[in-house]
Amino acid sequence: MATTQKLPVPADAELISFSVNGRYVEVTVPGVRRLSRVLRDDLGLTGTKVGCDAGDCGACTVLLNGDPVCSCLVAASQVAGSDVTTVEGLASRSPLHDRLQKSFLDHGAAQCGACTPGMLVAATALLEKNPSPGESEVMDAIGGVLCRCTGYRKIIRAIVDANVARLEQLSPQAGSAVGTRLVRLDGKKKVDGTEIFGADEVPSKALALRAIRCPHHRARFEFGDLEDFVAAHPGIVAVFTAKDVPGIDCYGVIPRFADQPVFAHAEARYRGEAVAAVVGEPDVLEALDLTTFPVFWEKLSPIQTIDEALAEEAHLIHANRAENILVRGRVVCGDVDRALADADVIVEGDYETGFVEHAYIEPEAGFARRVGNTVEIQACTQSPYMDRADIAKILGIPPECVRIIPTAVGGGFGSKLDLSVQPFLALATWKLGHPVRMVYSRTESIVSTTKRHPARMRLRAAATHEGKLTALDFSADFNTGAYSSWGPTVAGRVPVHASGPYYVPNYRALTRAVHTNTVPAGAFRGFGVPQAAIAQEQLYDDLANKVGIDRLKFRILNAIEDDTPTVTGQVLGEGVGMRSCFEALQPKWNSALEDAEGFNSTAKGPLRRGVGVAGMWYGCGNTSLPNPSTVRIGLKPDGRIALHQGAVDIGQGSNTIVTQICADAVGAPIAHFDLVSGDTAITPDCGKTSASRQTFVTGKAAHMAGRQLRDEILKLVGGCKCGNIEFGDGSIMVSENGMSKALPLAELPLDQYGYVITCEATFDPPITPLNEDGQGNPYAVYGFGAHMAEIEVDTELGTVRVLKITAAHDVGRAINPTLIEGQIEGGVAQGLGMALMEEFLPGKGENLHDYLIPSAGDIPPIESILIEAPSSIGPFGAKGIGEQAVIPTAPAILNAIHDATGVRIHRVPATPDRVRAAILAKNNGGARG
Amino acid sequence: MSSVFSIFAPRPCSACFPLDLRCTNIGVSYKNPVKWVGNRALRGTQGLYLKPKSLHEAVTVLAASGGQILAGGTDFYPGLGERLPKGDVVDISALGEIRGITIGKDWIRIGGLTTWTDVIRTSLPRSFDGLKAAAREVGSIQIQNRGTVAGNLCNASPAADGVPPLLALDAEIELASSLETRRMPLSQFLTGNRKTMRRPDEILAAIQIPRKMDEAVSTFLKLGARRYLVISISMVAAVVLPDADGRVAEARIAVGSCSATAQRLTRLEADLKGQPFKAGLGSAVKPDHLSILSPIDDIRATANYRRDASVTLIRRALENCVRSV
Repeated sequence: MATTQKLPVPADAELISFSVNGRYVEVTVPGVRRLSRVLRDDLGLTGTKVGCDAGDCGACTVLLNGDPVCSCLVAASQVAGSDVTTVEGLASRSPLHDRLQKSFLDHGAAQCGACTPGMLVAATALLEKNPSPGESEVMDAIGGVLCRCTGYRKIIRAIVDANVARLEQLSPQAGSAVGTRLVRLDGKKKVDGTEIFGADEVPSKALALRAIRCPHHRARFEFGDLEDFVAAHPGIVAVFTAKDVPGIDCYGVIPRFADQPVFAHAEARYRGEAVAAVVGEPDVLEALDLTTFPVFWEKLSPIQTIDEALAEEAHLIHANRAENILVRGRVVCGDVDRALADADVIVEGDYETGFVEHAYIEPEAGFARRVGNTVEIQACTQSPYMDRADIAKILGIPPECVRIIPTAVGGGFGSKLDLSVQPFLALATWKLGHPVRMVYSRTESIVSTTKRHPARMRLRAAATHEGKLTALDFSADFNTGAYSSWGPTVAGRVPVHASGPYYVPNYRALTRAVHTNTVPAGAFRGFGVPQAAIAQEQLYDDLANKVGIDRLKFRILNAIEDDTPTVTGQVLGEGVGMRSCFEALQPKWNSALEDAEGFNSTAKGPLRRGVGVAGMWYGCGNTSLPNPSTVRIGLKPDGRIALHQGAVDIGQGSNTIVTQICADAVGAPIAHFDLVSGDTAITPDCGKTSASRQTFVTGKAAHMAGRQLRDEILKLVGGCKCGNIEFGDGSIMVSENGMSKALPLAELPLDQYGYVITCEATFDPPITPLNEDGQGNPYAVYGFGAHMAEIEVDTELGTVRVLKITAAHDVGRAINPTLIEGQIEGGVAQGLGMALMEEFLPGKGENLHDYLIPSAGDIPPIESILIEAPSSIGPFGAKGIGEQAVIPTAPAILNAIHDATGVRIHRVPATPDRVRAAILAKNNGGARG
Repeated sequence: MSSVFSIFAPRPCSACFPLDLRCTNIGVSYKNPVKWVGNRALRGTQGLYLKPKSLHEAVTVLAASGGQILAGGTDFYPGLGERLPKGDVVDISALGEIRGITIGKDWIRIGGLTTWTDVIRTSLPRSFDGLKAAAREVGSIQIQNRGTVAGNLCNASPAADGVPPLLALDAEIELASSLETRRMPLSQFLTGNRKTMRRPDEILAAIQIPRKMDEAVSTFLKLGARRYLVISISMVAAVVLPDADGRVAEARIAVGSCSATAQRLTRLEADLKGQPFKAGLGSAVKPDHLSILSPIDDIRATANYRRDASVTLIRRALENCVRSV
């Protein structure tokens, strides 16, 4: 059934001529086609990104006769005779743009790079009119472009500083890369529009694929005559359903809990689940009205909440999971019941959080092709080797027959760990032998990919009159949605962390991951710990207040230290910088409290200010499970070094960080390194980009491999290990005791990889399993941190304005301070969103104008304080920062709201209506006149 | 291949634009035809893309095709989602004659295709400050550069930013069709959530604002859960004219996002008349004045909150007016 013919140019096309980046172009396309599509598909200018097709994200911003517009909202015909400038054309427009792009690089203003073209274009429009704008003018100018990685602050600074003369950044000397603010090595491609994301490459004549998805929260379904459907639609090549899956139709990120089919079998378990895929000519599929697909739905009564799922009469979402419970988690130490009974001071509270959408600017996309007996998938992903294993299983072929080529990832935050487009593409290309491409729409991305788990938490905590924590009793249910995804990880990680970074001698944390008929909840920056922190850090504030002790002092008094055991009985012995983080905040805390009191004592209007603080700890890597990374480096005959590091850079900077570590381990300049991507055909497994493990685990493997290479070079020239190696242009000289000797590069034989020397090293953090009480060493290294939020509440409207966040983080060793600040600022922005505006309601808000993430105007100044309490296990002492950065922001803001108003927000997000309702309730019923 | 209406292709005589245009729908072509019929089955239900050059042509084409109007595209494309347009599309963006603002003796005329950026950039009387403030709150600069005033009205979202200030300015709208040009108050034009008096063959050609209150002070307040690109929870426009004795001669207050269409609060307006135009004017606002509103619970806020917050916003809007003098 796989016949492909090239269709003629659509007959409703018209000739449109206009100027793009100073070049005259003619296209023959339908006049109503979106300009964004014309630029990307018809003109190959893929620097312009499409994030929503609705004007909600601004990624596709271009200049139309000098004014910024969303190219997804402009008809091709409307640009006839006009002048269009895209990111690709900025550099040639004027020296200003060169400066702007450099400023973005120097400031670390581009992370994943998906919003960067839109940001640069929007900034250009401003700077052309106003060469030295202030912050608020910049915010207005980029307010229409959403960014999910950076927290905007570095972007704003880069634009404000665009025309300020700066010193040219010099590449660090050999051996001194670690600790420098090295410009990200993949940065240039992100600012000139040449970076390749999931949707940016298509093999010629690739077929397109669209999924048919269930419109109901739960439904049985039957297909009509699918062969008839294909026959009746010239250009449609095939339809695939569950019965076409050749291998094991059951995948999942944790093999033991795998439960997800490529296509639902007879019953769809959530709104958005795929039941079929249609493959055909791109133009035909674009025009296909998916509602005409022959599928008949029978709506069934869905389980949408944890309570419904746990009810006795509830149907089982998976027959083998009693009570709809996927998994339970448990950590217990001491005697919590007794400690609570004997407590001097006791507090309790219930807290609730909702689904949070990752809202990366790049929706999932990629293509697959069959090369002989191998299927190659080029797509955005955080976990190439896990993708490979699952795709092999689904197709029933060996993993070696699946090649995953990760593209640049336009933001991931955990959701791109799970499969999205890959199984559909793999199946279609495997069956048809033809390249197939799929690009998720924003709505498709929101309805079908994983979310942060909604949590319902109950806590009781106790302390002595002196303010020493004595007990915490924590229980939580997490809505894990229809499939397991990372539910077990959340249920397992939260009990380890719910104590917060404090010594809690009597502790009980029990969790359950509960299935419902909602979109699967999976990994999202912090695996449940941010939700737990919202509850625990607010409760500890209550405890401090009840004891009558300053809230920061309470935290310092109880902070975990090198020699205090964690709730799993682990004594870290070193690298516990928690107390240092709190103490770094102390002077700022004092003055912030003073400022707020000063403001409030004279405030006549409705505004009240408040200050809040929250602490955080987070284990780097998998919880009590192996998670090795293997790094290969090869010395090339020309003296350059190939670094095969498979840690996918999703914007956080692993391409740069791992290279910095490896360069210093070898003792070679950064400029001598050639990065090799995480393509599974050429690079070993560095595991997934998640759990804040890449700097720590892959960095360590890179460090070990680098050391080996250094030793090998010295060995080859017969020197001792203390020799000095000089990496020149095409030569390597080893000097020892004043004697110099060249490594005879040209004479050395090449190994199987084509290198003169190849070194490979694997690092797997030392951990131990947890026993039935959750006791053991779940992580080798933890990151620590504390945020302080200064906020202002409009008590009449319930709106909250965050004035400043001060973030102190113990990162062990700051490999690249700019990139770390980038992680912190981005984490703060996501934490602020979770605190104040973000909640996904299945069936509602399936776009980026109903689902709100912070815009440039919502993020306050962020001051990062980097603490270095090194952990000897990590590379140069370094720890992770990715997830650590998001955890304390929301509770710090919520604590500040309480400080300002006296109301405790038990259900996030603290939207204006919730805050106002809480204020009215506190003020007795809220009658107003 | 070229479309009959494209800029570069020769166009058929526009003065006597073929009235048999409706024949296109059944595939009969006219001079220099747009070909689409052959692939119609293949391409779903897509129709013609028509781009008239004058209002006269446009209303003729619209009547003939029954097509969907495309202007700034900022509601048209989001409304499509993942589909292609069904039926014909009449792109009226080339009608220069209905773009721009004309300041007449008794009326100020905002051409339907005037963008929000045009509104911001045009020098207008003080009573338009609220409209300009609203223009700056429409989506983002990208949206303001494309989105048109008429589009905002015709889309008839309960949260349309342009509606409260135009209601407060007593705006009237002009609907052009091949049969007639009708004029009616904006308040009458908007009949419900996404519902207006516009017939499918009509184009909102202009918004007319009487110049009786040029010297009035005006303001606009929008309440949303984030700074930019936000759909409002509530919004308030106020236009207040003080008299020589420092009292309110006339006040007009409109509230959006709290009913199927934005509403003028006429009882409040009557109560404000004669009040001293000075700080404290906001205290004249009582929750009861908002009884005409019918807010709903939705993902942005509860109905109760909308009522409560709107009282605050109206009070603040009035205080802003006092302060701005």
